[in-house]
Amino acid sequence: MNENLQAAVDAIQAEFGASLQTFRGEHTLILAREQIAAAAQALRDRFQFEMLVDVTAVDYWPQEEPRFHVIYQFNSVSHHGLLRVRVPLSAAEPKVPTLEGVYPGANWYEREVWDMFGIQFEGHSDLRRIIMPYDWVGHPLRKDYPLGYEEVQFTFNFDDISLRKPHPKE
Amino acid sequence: MGIEQKAGNMGVVTARLEDVINWSRTNSMWPMLFGLACCAIEMMAAQAANYDMSRFGMELMRASPRQSDLMIVAGRVSRKMAPVLRQLYDQMPSPKWVIAMGDCASCGGVFNNYAVVQGVDEIVPVDVYVAGCPPRPEGLIHGVMTLHEKIKQEKLKTWA
Amino acid sequence: MTEIREVSVDELRHLVSDRARSGETMLLNMGPQHPSTHGVLRLLLELDGETVVSCIPDIGFLHTGVEKNMESKNYQQAEVMTDRLDYLNPIGNNLVYSLAVEKLLDLDVPERAQVIRVILAELTRINSHLVWVGTSALDLGAMSLFLYAMRERELILDIFEMCAGQRMMTTYVRPGGLWRDVPVEFEAAVRDFLALMPARLDEYERLLNNNPLFLERTSQIGIISKEDCLRYAATGPVLRAAGMAYDLRKARPYSGYETYDFDIPTETAGDVRARYLVRMAEMRQSLRIIQQGMDRLPYGPVRSNNRKYVPPPRSEIGVSMEALIHHFKLWTEGFSAPQGSVYATIESPRGELGVFLESDGGPKPYRVHFRTPTFPNLQIMPLLSRGHFVADVVAIIGSIDIVLGDADR
Ligand code: SF4
Repeated sequence: MNENLQAAVDAIQAEFGASLQTFRGEHTLILAREQIAAAAQALRDRFQFEMLVDVTAVDYWPQEEPRFHVIYQFNSVSHHGLLRVRVPLSAAEPKVPTLEGVYPGANWYEREVWDMFGIQFEGHSDLRRIIMPYDWVGHPLRKDYPLGYEEVQFTFNFDDISLRKPHPKE
Repeated sequence: MGIEQKAGNMGVVTARLEDVINWSRTNSMWPMLFGLACCAIEMMAAQAANYDMSRFGMELMRASPRQSDLMIVAGRVSRKMAPVLRQLYDQMPSPKWVIAMGDCASCGGVFNNYAVVQGVDEIVPVDVYVAGCPPRPEGLIHGVMTLHEKIKQEKLKTWA
Repeated sequence: MTEIREVSVDELRHLVSDRARSGETMLLNMGPQHPSTHGVLRLLLELDGETVVSCIPDIGFLHTGVEKNMESKNYQQAEVMTDRLDYLNPIGNNLVYSLAVEKLLDLDVPERAQVIRVILAELTRINSHLVWVGTSALDLGAMSLFLYAMRERELILDIFEMCAGQRMMTTYVRPGGLWRDVPVEFEAAVRDFLALMPARLDEYERLLNNNPLFLERTSQIGIISKEDCLRYAATGPVLRAAGMAYDLRKARPYSGYETYDFDIPTETAGDVRARYLVRMAEMRQSLRIIQQGMDRLPYGPVRSNNRKYVPPPRSEIGVSMEALIHHFKLWTEGFSAPQGSVYATIESPRGELGVFLESDGGPKPYRVHFRTPTFPNLQIMPLLSRGHFVADVVAIIGSIDIVLGDADR
């Protein structure tokens, strides 16, 4: 861990009550959702984490508490540091404040997380679906969303499936 | 070319209408420039110098569906793209043909999931399927030649 | 067939200016089927005459569900999906996925495999940049360059085919090394390519660099500053053309890039032309790296010896019972990875390509997420195109080198 990263990790732990996990040399801070906006502000302004490279989420369904982790990757270009922040969310209230004010680039990432996981970002300026069609029902990357596997046609069941498949007209 | 001897002094050649029309259709087939995914890159390669698809009279890729009569669906079709694809197909003037290029367009390929249409034959009628992920440019050219063969078999009474 | 539901101007009112609602400016839909959008990107342009007032990108037309699909396959099977994400950089995708799995498993990779990985990754970079230079010059009306670039690309694809048997979707880089060793012809083919390419690059530059039409279409178009790039997390040539020498091959080296000698080309203008120059210079740097790789290519195995994760070589299966058991286990149920999550990155031709991999201890990845460079790079489209003509939007799209499979996944 380089100095800047160490300082950032220590400060976030002390000021925002985060806990640290280290796995294979990567550092992850676990943070309560109320703290994330302030912590991101501190990371950017005080520790030169200029880039928010990624926002994504993981769904731990059927576990309810917490069901989701929102995952942020902060990158410090000037100090070559990479820091991951996880924000656990409960199934009942999957909401987290937006980071758009701190990192404008979070806009699309948060839209994607909303689209794919149904996690709401409070204060987001444009929370529309980004990848799925506008009228899509459900959030595909949730674990309780089916993969949508379609049966494969082989010689022995070709005709059966062919009957069920849609056949377009000219 | 020898056609002078055949035509004689009259300047007339006799042939079947079917043959003439099918011949003209096959040799001036304008595909629609419609790249979707990885296969589109191979489609581009098929048009470029090394493979040169224009040897078969189809160098003119048209970006507008109104001017094209062959749709090469090059790549996977997502659920969001499907209505767009059908609309483009509907905008093409008849007679029109469709080649499903690649496994994804033919049957969904490696992606059997919620997002990808399991074969464009669920949306538009397909004439020729080209297998491969992605098919080699030769594969695509073979697909086009197969379509030409198919068109040459068409009969007057089926045009209607 | 379902009808296409369209968003109304009302839903988008926070993105367009007030004049759009009164009908003073025009909303124009560009794509998803448009020859210059390099795939299926859709842009909603608000136009005041010919000038772009605002630009709203709409992506997702190539959403393939890769991330979800990978969750239902085991680690080896899931790799075939990675090729198809960013289809101009298949080896890079394999590489980043393999790096993530190797990090998760703590696997070692033999030296020879590392060097071959670097050579192939750089060849892929050249391949991607060639397709880019061809198509984006085609958008600006330079047809011949497309034919030239595709001609050179075939040479690279021949090398890939020689190694992996496939032209594009190679799945050649595997966790723990490579699928197999390169054939004997590989070395000669790469050296031929290295000898030929610099002259060809000179030829391209002669065609474009001082071409008045090209200059006119690219200089001072689509300018972005370094700070904006950072704020929007735009990486790769976009960031380097804005004057920041940031390259993951130097910043967080992987696969032994720290031992190669190469420069990071940068420009300061931040416009379309600067991005063009950066990419052209990058191709030359890649050639340098390949040259060094070829010169040092050591002999030895190309796959890790850790039989718990990496299948044994074919020749051993016939003679060793243990190898047979390992082979059988690995190809039926796969291996189980330790619990935890890792994030691996590489510098793809478009910028930072990252994989976030989470494992729950089972044989299948619990969650795979790709941090793809096109996604944030597309996000700056509104910034880049504001105030330019519609015809310039074409040049700008070309210059950020989008691959929609990369953005939509
Ligand atoms: S068939 Fe293969 S190459 Fe073609 S679009 Fe599908 S995944 Fe890509």
